[in-house]
Amino acid sequence: MFTVIITLAIIASIFGLILAYSAVRFRVEGDPVVDKIDALLPQTQCGQCTFPGCRPYAEAMAKGEADINQCPPGGEATIIALADLLDVEVKPLNAEHGEVKTLPTIVRIDEQTCIGCTLCIQACPVDAILGAAKQMHTVIESECTGCNLCIPPCPVDCIHIFEVRPTVRTWTAELPDVDYAAPHAS
Amino acid sequence: MTQTDTISKFDGGLTLVAYKHLSTGSAISSMEQCKQYIIPLQQHIGIISQPLVKKGERVLKGQMLAKPGNMISAAVHSPVSGIVSDIKQHEVPHISGLPDLCIFIENDFKDEWIERHPLADDYNQATSSGLRNIIRDAGIVGLGGAAFPSAVKQTEINIKTLILNAVECEPYISCDDVLMREHAQEVLTGADIIGHVIKARQCIIAIEDNKPEAIKAIQSAIDNDGTGFFNIQVVPTIYPSGGEKQLIQIITGEEVPRGRYPAEIGVLCHNVATAYAIYRAVYLDEPLISRITTVTGHGVKQPQNIEVLVGTPVSACIEHCGGYTESSDELIMGGPMMGFSLNSDTLPVVKASNCLLVTAKEENRHKQKHLPCIRCGKCVEVCPVRLLPQQLYWYASSKNVDRLIEHNLFDCIECGCCAYVCPSDIPLVQYYRYAKTTIWQQERERKASDIARQRHEKHQQRLEKIKLEREEKLRQKRELLKKKSNGNAADNKDGDKDNKQAAIAEAIARAQAKKVERNKGKDNENKEPG
Repeated sequence: MFTVIITLAIIASIFGLILAYSAVRFRVEGDPVVDKIDALLPQTQCGQCTFPGCRPYAEAMAKGEADINQCPPGGEATIIALADLLDVEVKPLNAEHGEVKTLPTIVRIDEQTCIGCTLCIQACPVDAILGAAKQMHTVIESECTGCNLCIPPCPVDCIHIFEVRPTVRTWTAELPDVDYAAPHAS
Repeated sequence: MTQTDTISKFDGGLTLVAYKHLSTGSAISSMEQCKQYIIPLQQHIGIISQPLVKKGERVLKGQMLAKPGNMISAAVHSPVSGIVSDIKQHEVPHISGLPDLCIFIENDFKDEWIERHPLADDYNQATSSGLRNIIRDAGIVGLGGAAFPSAVKQTEINIKTLILNAVECEPYISCDDVLMREHAQEVLTGADIIGHVIKARQCIIAIEDNKPEAIKAIQSAIDNDGTGFFNIQVVPTIYPSGGEKQLIQIITGEEVPRGRYPAEIGVLCHNVATAYAIYRAVYLDEPLISRITTVTGHGVKQPQNIEVLVGTPVSACIEHCGGYTESSDELIMGGPMMGFSLNSDTLPVVKASNCLLVTAKEENRHKQKHLPCIRCGKCVEVCPVRLLPQQLYWYASSKNVDRLIEHNLFDCIECGCCAYVCPSDIPLVQYYRYAKTTIWQQERERKASDIARQRHEKHQQRLEKIKLEREEKLRQKRELLKKKSNGNAADNKDGDKDNKQAAIAEAIARAQAKKVERNKGKDNENKEPG
């Protein structure tokens, strides 16, 4: 009787130690689901989903507090990818959060009108605006995500949206029309 | 001598009606110069070149207009002497039909060359890197159609065999054929220069058996040479034997592994026209400003091969060849299998333009509906890279990226064999092109979003840091104030007064010092004019 209790106690404490050790050794930093969701989001950080950036939205989705159809910049492709990852039904984009753009956009500052107030710099989530107080400001176009968050704070309305048209280097071919036969058809 | 040992073959391929005789009837004709030349800044695979000239500047013939943008890029040069009339977006010959940055040269018809230093026969004494720099500065790219910067692939590590690609397997095109007939000696000199750069042990010139005159011309040039470095290998006429990896497989029997370069199996492949351009660059110090182009098809009056300056409008080339026939229909740059149609003939001829094909109406069967795939498997039989075209078609139309990549979409060389044999007339290559460009686009977007995520994270960290610093400062100040008030309570009032008085005295002293300085400055100013 006594030996049995002792033996079980020893076994239990050994397993307890192993579990305690692995809890420290194999500790998971952060929530891996959040990272996976965040990787699918377009990272415009525009806040159209009502969350302050892509990661907060990903966190909310992981907790089940937000829907998968709140991201207009991601559009249909993102919704499908999210549905796939979270194993839920695909649904159309919630129009409350905005519409899908036909072409990606960036903003440019009209440097003639800019008064150098720095408000847009503070609004930019990806530090894509360069300037200093009472100096001319400019947008680093290659880093601009097209979130348009800099537009409302501008006191002189000198920030304008431009579409980024495809070039010979960024062009994508269209899916052929079913009415179109092979050019070399014989 | 002609190699007689048996050669290998690749799977699939097609025997096509060649129509080469249309354009081989006459000698290469030179074109008269035009008033205006349009030089696109991207005529090669890689990064766009950077302009070196400004609008309004006078340039000489052969002067570099734009330098390579980075390692994998090529310079462009002025084909004539004249004035840079504009640098702006203009439609370029590209499958997308989109515009790109071009330099416009207004010809002054003086034909004034820049200073040249031809190496002539001294190239034998030059170093590999010296020659490679000349080839790079001359803006030479692969003239077979891919336009990959030539100097980039001329590594000297472990190359045994130089293969000169004179297969020219696409129907209609004959520019390499006539080049060899008329400039065999120069082609061999060019190949010798490349051999010198890459330290090759032998050079095999691969020619399809439907070009007997070219074979004869090259053979007699080889006989004159007598070094034993060159060999001719006649290959059977099967499309697409001219594909780099297909040709290497025919000649060496070895397959270039997926995603690797031919150099890894000790082979380097260059087009004959590239060898000729390299001869002109090194031997004569002429950059790549002209090429031989086939103008052909039943939609042009006098099909022929012309030597044309890069940047010449297509319309001028067609005019030189007698103009369009009444039944002309579509204008294609490149051959009928891999070429793409041009929306207008105001576009310029570029380095990669080996052929301008004008189809006649009866040759063309475009506006017909394609039928469903019946999974007959004919496309599988002809695919030279052993892909499953019908599966790729299926996955491309359902946008299934993972399956496309699993089925090796990116091994497709877009030769068009599958679409040619398809009984349902499905434009298969266009489906693959759609899939490839879409996957590239997704890749670009993923990269951009990764960068945006990083920048946003750094932004958040910075804001957090600033906030913490501000809080820390506030805390310190608060503590200081607290200490002061505590100290004041303990000290007598005189001490406090003393402190205040000292501070006031200090401030007065500072103000006076400033005043003195200002006066000094004023004195100096007053003195200066006198």
